Amino acid sequence: GKDPNPIGQTEGSKWQKPRLSRKSLMKCCLVKWIIASTTQQGPGKDSSDSDLELSMVRHQPEGLEQLQAQTQFTRKELQSLYRGFKNECPSGLVDEETFKTIYSQFFPQGDATTYAHFLFNAFDMDRNGSIRFEDFVLGLSVLLRGSVTEKLRWAFNLYDINKDGYITKEEMLAIMTSIYDMMGRCTLPSVRDDSPFEHVEKFFQKMDRNRDGVVTIDEFIETCQKDESIMASMQLFENVI
Amino acid sequence: MAAGVAAWLPFARAAAIGWMPVANLPMPVAPTEKSKRQDELIILNVSGRRFQTWRNTLDRYPDTLLGSSEKEFFYNEETKEYFFDRDPDVFRSVLNFYRTGKLHYPRYECISSYDEELAFFGIVPEIIGDCCYEEYKDRKRENAERLMDDQEDNKDAKLPNMTFRETMWRAFENPHTSTMALVFYYVTGFFIAVSVITNVVETVPCGSAPNQKEVPCGERYTVAFFCMDTACVMIFTVEYLMRLFAAPSRYRFMRSVMSIIDVVAILPYYIGLVMTDNEDVSGAFVTLRVFRVFRIFKFSRHSQGLRILGYTLKSCASELGFLLFSLTMAIIIFATVMFYAEKGSSSSKFTSIPASFWYTIVTMTTLGYGDMVPKTIAGKIFGSICSLSGVLVIALPVPVIVSNFSRIYHQNQRADKRRAQKKARLARIRISKTGSSNAFLHSKRNGLFNEALELTSSTEEEQRLSKSTSLLESQHHHLLHCLEKTTNHEFVDEQYYQQSYLDAGLQNYPSRSPSLSSQDGMTGTCCTRRSKKHHTPLPNASAATHMQPLTHTHTHQQGLQELSTIHIQPLSTSRSSLNMRVDEPAPLNCQSSQITTAIISIPTPPVTTPEGDAHLPAGPAHQNVVKVSAL
Repeated sequence: GKDPNPIGQTEGSKWQKPRLSRKSLMKCCLVKWIIASTTQQGPGKDSSDSDLELSMVRHQPEGLEQLQAQTQFTRKELQSLYRGFKNECPSGLVDEETFKTIYSQFFPQGDATTYAHFLFNAFDMDRNGSIRFEDFVLGLSVLLRGSVTEKLRWAFNLYDINKDGYITKEEMLAIMTSIYDMMGRCTLPSVRDDSPFEHVEKFFQKMDRNRDGVVTIDEFIETCQKDESIMASMQLFENVI
Repeated sequence: MAAGVAAWLPFARAAAIGWMPVANLPMPVAPTEKSKRQDELIILNVSGRRFQTWRNTLDRYPDTLLGSSEKEFFYNEETKEYFFDRDPDVFRSVLNFYRTGKLHYPRYECISSYDEELAFFGIVPEIIGDCCYEEYKDRKRENAERLMDDQEDNKDAKLPNMTFRETMWRAFENPHTSTMALVFYYVTGFFIAVSVITNVVETVPCGSAPNQKEVPCGERYTVAFFCMDTACVMIFTVEYLMRLFAAPSRYRFMRSVMSIIDVVAILPYYIGLVMTDNEDVSGAFVTLRVFRVFRIFKFSRHSQGLRILGYTLKSCASELGFLLFSLTMAIIIFATVMFYAEKGSSSSKFTSIPASFWYTIVTMTTLGYGDMVPKTIAGKIFGSICSLSGVLVIALPVPVIVSNFSRIYHQNQRADKRRAQKKARLARIRISKTGSSNAFLHSKRNGLFNEALELTSSTEEEQRLSKSTSLLESQHHHLLHCLEKTTNHEFVDEQYYQQSYLDAGLQNYPSRSPSLSSQDGMTGTCCTRRSKKHHTPLPNASAATHMQPLTHTHTHQQGLQELSTIHIQPLSTSRSSLNMRVDEPAPLNCQSSQITTAIISIPTPPVTTPEGDAHLPAGPAHQNVVKVSAL
């Protein structure tokens, strides 16, 4: 076909005027000499190295054996998990935005970003703003291969937003609202504004034994262990991997 | 769902455990993998080049050849590999699509061979990624134009049974079709030339009578010129009427530019015939004769180049307008300056600013007639500045305008294309989103039917229907189903929601309980139990009318109903959304596909809407449905 741009180049290859930036200044030998002669310091080559540190942050996971020891997955399962993980996140780390994007794709009708935020905090155990493969696999190990108590503990950790050991009504309301947000607008019956609130009330009535307005981990585990449908549903995802 | 995201589905499902403690309803059963195999490498031999990939990678897109069981046809037993006798270079892009979820178009590849390969492997070209989409579309358009040109050349072969009118029109539009057309073409061209030359020669002074001043030929040989004019106008009128007769759409023909030119060319003659030789109107009549020069535009039918020029002028009118505007600005500025500079000098020709316009234009275009010259020193200084800037203002922009025109023209084209593509792109994304949620809604019904079948243990039907969704999709749908159970609300699609919203507003029902079908999910889908559930919340016979808003408005009202059954949508609705064709959502959103429960009475065969019947090819399935629900 004919060249659609016979006259000029596209914007990308336009000749750019060389900008007088600090970086290009530093490269000039004269400038270097002046600086070197005026400052009597030793050869500290830090300034030019700092540029190199901006290379992409990358993370390599621990070895397979260590992960096998820490989690309950087999070697093959870990391999397959890592392949999927690495495919999506080549740098080895998931940041919150990517996490939200990925999770939102499973719920096209609603807005899954708030719940994804809570999930992210539940997985990101060392609170450094990104999930490494180890965090990912450890979380999954609890969810898929852990005992019921461990799973309940994980769920409690998810609901307890500030990780202080108590679930307050505000925290639960935030979680519930985010879950209802995932449903979106087109539901039957339609989600009313107080639906999350009612749901939270029901939850607290069931869980809060001593009526002190917060749910502790023991209350939570105890109540859930007594509820058959919850126990049954905990076993639901046994053979996901 | 994108391919890579499919890898995260196990994670999303595991995370669903977070909903379990807050759910009040029991959860649906998870879909089980019938044959849980370890992921294995498969070898794809494409014309001798071996590609290897994981089986799971290919399973991400079950609608394509490689993702479905269709590839078994290509399995070679001896070498334990899949052999395809296709182009290995294009296959590289195809396989990368599975790996990355993005389809790329290699620039060196021929567009038709690429399309063929995609069609072979069952991949819709619309999912080409943004990086390569524009290139692909450009090449495709060029190819289509080339094909169209080829077709037009072939079209010249005379088609049988064309009416006389159609033949005439084709002859007019394309003179090369027949000899008659060619003759007509040349004759009209000749007469146009004659007419134009006549108009020109009319004004030339021919020899004069001895003691009279020079007279133009027109006044000397009035009769001859009149005859010529008449003859030409006769021919033009006949031509116009014939074109009008032959035109397929007379109204559109009359509005077209060429026919307006024709009319304007012949009208002055007729007006002149009608008007009497009155002194007052003869002045106006003279001006009318100017319009006769429009006959020269009739040549544009004969010249492709003229037509293209007219079209380009029309299309870059905005650029020309801007040039004119900037020139006008410069003219006004300099004219004002010159006027005030020359105001002082005596007998100055610069009597007013508009009078200075002429000087400015003549100077800026470097014509320099010399009929107006500045006399004061200030005037001369500004005059020289004017002529220097004239060079810049006039001479520079012209090539820039030309290249600008070309660039801006192409850019506008590309911007419009991009805007149009953006709309189409967003529509595609929206379609795939609604597609995936629609797919969920439909397979929910499928799933419920599956559970019903499980209870009645008719395994072949179950297998047949469960094959329609891939494992990935069924897992995804199970996840969405769990969310529904957690919040005790149901997903519905847009149209349904609005419809039920309206109906709820109209009929003023109390808050609708979640669709009964979903309540039956876990606790038994046996129809008798379901009908019991029917009656407890809604004891009166208006249960039937309660169900009405949920169903298609055409379904019959069957009076007292005892059973409800679920209509199954066939395989086409639960396709992976990315491969869904653009026209598919139309039937999905069609009201018939929204029938979740239709109420039938036992003895008669299932009553469906006419559309429902048209869309559901699985006729026997209905019979089976009746059988099942007739417990």
